Amino acid sequence: MLTALANPHRFMAFSRWAAPLLGAAAAAFLAAGLWLGLAAPEDYQQGTTVRIMFVHVPAAWAAMAAYACLGGASFFALVFRHALADAAAAAAAPLGAGFTLMALVTGSLWGRPMWGAWWVWDARLTSVLVLFLLFVAYIALRSAIDDEVKAGRAAAILALVGLINLPVIKFSVDWWNSLHQGESIFRAGGPTIAAVFLIPLVLMGAGYLLAFGALWMERTRAEVWRRRSQALAARAAFR
Amino acid sequence: MKLLWRLYRRELALAWNGGGGPLLSVGFYAAVATLVPLALGPSPERLAATAPGLAWVALALASLLSLERLFERDFEDGALDLIALSPTPLEAVAAVKCLAQWTAVGAPLSLAAPLAAVALGASPSLAPLILACAAAGGLAFAFVGGTGAALALGSRRGGLLIAVVVLPLLTPPVIFGGGAIDAFAAHLPWRSGLLLLIAYALAAGGLAPLAMAAACRNAQS
Repeated sequence: MLTALANPHRFMAFSRWAAPLLGAAAAAFLAAGLWLGLAAPEDYQQGTTVRIMFVHVPAAWAAMAAYACLGGASFFALVFRHALADAAAAAAAPLGAGFTLMALVTGSLWGRPMWGAWWVWDARLTSVLVLFLLFVAYIALRSAIDDEVKAGRAAAILALVGLINLPVIKFSVDWWNSLHQGESIFRAGGPTIAAVFLIPLVLMGAGYLLAFGALWMERTRAEVWRRRSQALAARAAFR
Repeated sequence: MKLLWRLYRRELALAWNGGGGPLLSVGFYAAVATLVPLALGPSPERLAATAPGLAWVALALASLLSLERLFERDFEDGALDLIALSPTPLEAVAAVKCLAQWTAVGAPLSLAAPLAAVALGASPSLAPLILACAAAGGLAFAFVGGTGAALALGSRRGGLLIAVVVLPLLTPPVIFGGGAIDAFAAHLPWRSGLLLLIAYALAAGGLAPLAMAAACRNAQS
């Protein structure tokens, strides 16, 4: 599957249909998740603000998934010198930055009624902020080098270096005992969250990830078109 | 080995003499430490509470200063190409460059760090731990910073770019060192923070040369 799609022509033919389909699936999941999320009962402690969870937690998942995709694409771009992987990495970074920003903003909006503060310096918030800064650094490095091939490879090295940061995010949660709620979904012994909240959360998570996939594919297509038109323009200039 | 030793002496001489050397970084560090009480007010209690942390953060900033010339200088005048042609692996060259950077900048800064912290009002009993954290952290800062410097080769506005690239990667050592100093000041177990900091520095020393060599080859090609 992945090796077949590594061919740019096959990827363009596939993604022409796949990207809108993924987008439609994302819209369906998001609609269902929002409906169930708004219909869910109020939490006995958090009241109606618990609904922010349905837009906040999936954004953080999507942000981490985006970084994993960026790291994976960078690996293929760096090791196999694959142009399409480089285009995919370039396309993933601004999306990841967007999802990370969304997680930070919704988290801040949730923190105000819950903790009484817009921002709390605890481990998880800080590490998501660092994730955001890593995306920013990736974009800045990529745009600061004029030669596009060199820029892509330098940025890919940075992405792989930053990949070390993802386990540190997890680790810092344990090391820095903090205000933030501990892990309640992925843990041994099953989720400790009630089903009325879990189902919309999972639906929203699927919706966010599908939306990321659709946007990523669409942006990769745009990047491929940009490079093709640039190549055509360069060829026309030499004629 | 002899080649690497010669390279180390060369790098050390360049870092020590060229561009102000340790004086520049320590001067910057002293200036930042002087501005802190001016910004926070001279109240000793408030200063004492923030002193170790501020001394620690200023250290991370000061160690960024001279990174821009670490690879750029040799890249511009062609010395990096000559070094790359030699049989010595580029990874070892990058590691030696970072070690020289640490000797010329990190070590003087780590001597200045306890002084600055105590001058700001930290308890003198903290001084040995701050020295140890600054020495180990400085090693991590040098290797991670060297990675940023190598990645920024051939870019516009190298200095600012290095800071943006490196600072997010410096969070773990800053957390570990700050945590150790905080815990010591609060009479809590502090060893784990220092050990994690040393572990991070060693891991950076092992992994960063690979990234630096790859970045240098990319810039040269």
